[in-house]
Amino acid sequence: MSMDAVFRALADPARRRLLDRLRARNGQTLGELCEGESMTRQAVTKHLAVLEAANLVATERRGREKRHYLNPLPIQEIAERWIGRYERARLAALTELKRTLEETRDE
Amino acid sequence: MNDRFVYVTYIRTTKEKLWEAITTPEFTRQFWFGFHNECSWQKGASWKLIAADGWVADAGEVLEIDPPNRLVLRWRNEFIPENKADGDTRCTFDITNDGDVVKLVVTHEADKPHRHIQAVSNGWPQVLSSLKTFLETGQSLPRTDRLPAKAA
Repeated sequence: MSMDAVFRALADPARRRLLDRLRARNGQTLGELCEGESMTRQAVTKHLAVLEAANLVATERRGREKRHYLNPLPIQEIAERWIGRYERARLAALTELKRTLEETRDE
Repeated sequence: MNDRFVYVTYIRTTKEKLWEAITTPEFTRQFWFGFHNECSWQKGASWKLIAADGWVADAGEVLEIDPPNRLVLRWRNEFIPENKADGDTRCTFDITNDGDVVKLVVTHEADKPHRHIQAVSNGWPQVLSSLKTFLETGQSLPRTDRLPAKAA
């Protein structure tokens, strides 16, 4: 599983959007992921294949249904590679602060 | 609507070594925040996930076991009252060869929306990433050999 594939997969906003949608609701079918998308079904299929090849999406077949799951492990591995052992707690605190501030602003 | 996470990682190891890492306390402690599994690893046997200082985090039983290929645990949280109240979850480890590496798929699921499934989604990526590093380099990732101070 190459890191190049992960970065290439993440470089596309449409693919990041698909990951966001799986994060909001895991285990969606192709049909569900196409709902509300301006892309064609074919384009969504292609993007999902790229995400699956990068191991960012895991799929599971249940009868005729294929469900898609967000697999965060490649991103975890990238984080582990570059984030130092003492940085993590501080970064988590900053991420939390950023999130809280942004949420407050949205309200 | 069921609740489910599917985690996939590819590890440069053998199925036997991966099985050993999951089922042997001396190994498991190093990458699972100091926790280890207590189990006789037979179908129907009781299973517990035990913290370094002895408290039981999760408990259940072995629903299916086929070393070194597949393990299914009935998994109930024991230390967060509302997660425990949501009842049983199921955790499956599927181990297969994939070219010259081993593919590990961990599926943690419940038949209905379940607070513990949401809770473990924070921990699994760290544990599995550390398991991979442990098997590939002989050393687990920093911080995964004991519980973070605030959670302990």
